[in-house]
Amino acid sequence: MEFPEGLKYSKEHEWVLVEGTSATIGITEYAQEELGDIVFVELPEVGEKIVKDDPFGAVESVKAVSDIYAPVSGAVVETNEILPDNPETINDDPYGDGWMVRVELSDIDDLKDLMDADEYAEYVAQQKEDDDEEDDDEDEDDIEEDDDDKVK
Amino acid sequence: MALKRTPLYAAHRRAGAKMVEFAGWEMPVHYRGVIEEHLAVRGIAGLFDVSHMGEIEVRGAGALDFCQRLTANDVARLKPFQAQYSFLLNGLGGVVDDVIIYRVKAEAYFICVNASNIDKDFAWLSSQAGADVEVENQSAMYAQMALQGPAAESILQPLLAQPLAAIKSFQFVFADVAAIRCMVARTGYTGELGFELYCHSDAALGLWDALMTAGESHGLVAVGLGARDTLRLEKAYPLYGHELDDSTTPLEAGLEWVLKLDKPAFSGRDRLLQQRQQGVTRKLVGIEALEAGIPRGGYSVFKDGVKIGAITSGTKSPSLGKAIALAYVASAEAWIDNRLDVEIRGRQIPVKIVSLPFYRR
Repeated sequence: MEFPEGLKYSKEHEWVLVEGTSATIGITEYAQEELGDIVFVELPEVGEKIVKDDPFGAVESVKAVSDIYAPVSGAVVETNEILPDNPETINDDPYGDGWMVRVELSDIDDLKDLMDADEYAEYVAQQKEDDDEEDDDEDEDDIEEDDDDKVK
Repeated sequence: MALKRTPLYAAHRRAGAKMVEFAGWEMPVHYRGVIEEHLAVRGIAGLFDVSHMGEIEVRGAGALDFCQRLTANDVARLKPFQAQYSFLLNGLGGVVDDVIIYRVKAEAYFICVNASNIDKDFAWLSSQAGADVEVENQSAMYAQMALQGPAAESILQPLLAQPLAAIKSFQFVFADVAAIRCMVARTGYTGELGFELYCHSDAALGLWDALMTAGESHGLVAVGLGARDTLRLEKAYPLYGHELDDSTTPLEAGLEWVLKLDKPAFSGRDRLLQQRQQGVTRKLVGIEALEAGIPRGGYSVFKDGVKIGAITSGTKSPSLGKAIALAYVASAEAWIDNRLDVEIRGRQIPVKIVSLPFYRR
């Protein structure tokens, strides 16, 4: 799984690329994998203000809707125009062509709460551990051979 | 409480499935992806683990009478090795469960029930059983798999002696499939040709592997519950807990064809006759979004600003590329091409009522 070095990451699995006072935002590889096939993306309008930790859009998989949370506060200056017709781009290239919005940061201090690549990689490893069952023991359970496997 | 696992759990993990909770079971929602799996079923074939579903056997001298009384379709017209889609109804005509009932012998009927309703159905049937009938919950004994798609028959035929072409729709046989004793039925929930196979739980992994191996050169893929839902929704097949529940009648769901209302007394009959005479107040309809947005279960449906119903299931159809949904709306508004609105996260999205099913081959 990729954790590009030059990005910052939020606990809600968004990434942020900071260039001066501008921040480009998307969701991480882990997030798109958890969601599965993305079929619809709801983005804010250009000019809208997004507020750190508040939902600012949604990503829909076949089965469910997931809110996207603002990792930073700012004003939206651009949204990715290929996403309405090609939402699966987020699955294919979450850190590149699958970017979602670009904002003008309102408070550079918001960045302090974000993780760097190593911290996020550890965070994801922890999430995966919490999700996994103790299934290594499962394979050792004996399944009795049943000679009489008549079905009525 | 820990989630239950089917006998095929190890196969799903091996195949890299994403596992989720469904009706108290840990089930594969997808392996490679919902859309890819959905399209594979329509184009070639897919194999589903449906072992979480339940099996209840009814046997004894009174089995036929009992099944006639407790189900809504006409059990008496089942020939040996024939099955039918049916309902267990409560006294108010509401759906306790939608089921498939198989006539194994004159005195033995096998009922396949939804995973979410196994205990409820067993309790209901047991409570209604007299001395001349035995009701047994056999769910733990059996695994079940569905092989669905245009290539299903070609994939399965080499594994058994009986000619599959001789098994007509809703008929079944007992056969050794890859030397594993199975009940093989020509039934399914995808709208494609295919079979559902029951075997003893202990033999499940062997059967799964035999089928996947037989299908490999054809392009057979494992398919999870995510695609199972998009496939059935494209065909407008109801899903219990969404289009059907204890307070919904088959008449409201547009499933009158399943009922044999002129059967002698059966559970729910009187209330249904009354409802048919008075007319239903709400009807299940198909909905297509006219602008970007996906109506989901629970979202409200409006006509000229007035709420007239709610969505029961919705998705982006992989085969059609558009957002489709089923909804209950006031009967007066349940006509094709009626323009309505669905509220999606605070916004009103225009939709229209369309004829069903959404997808035809």
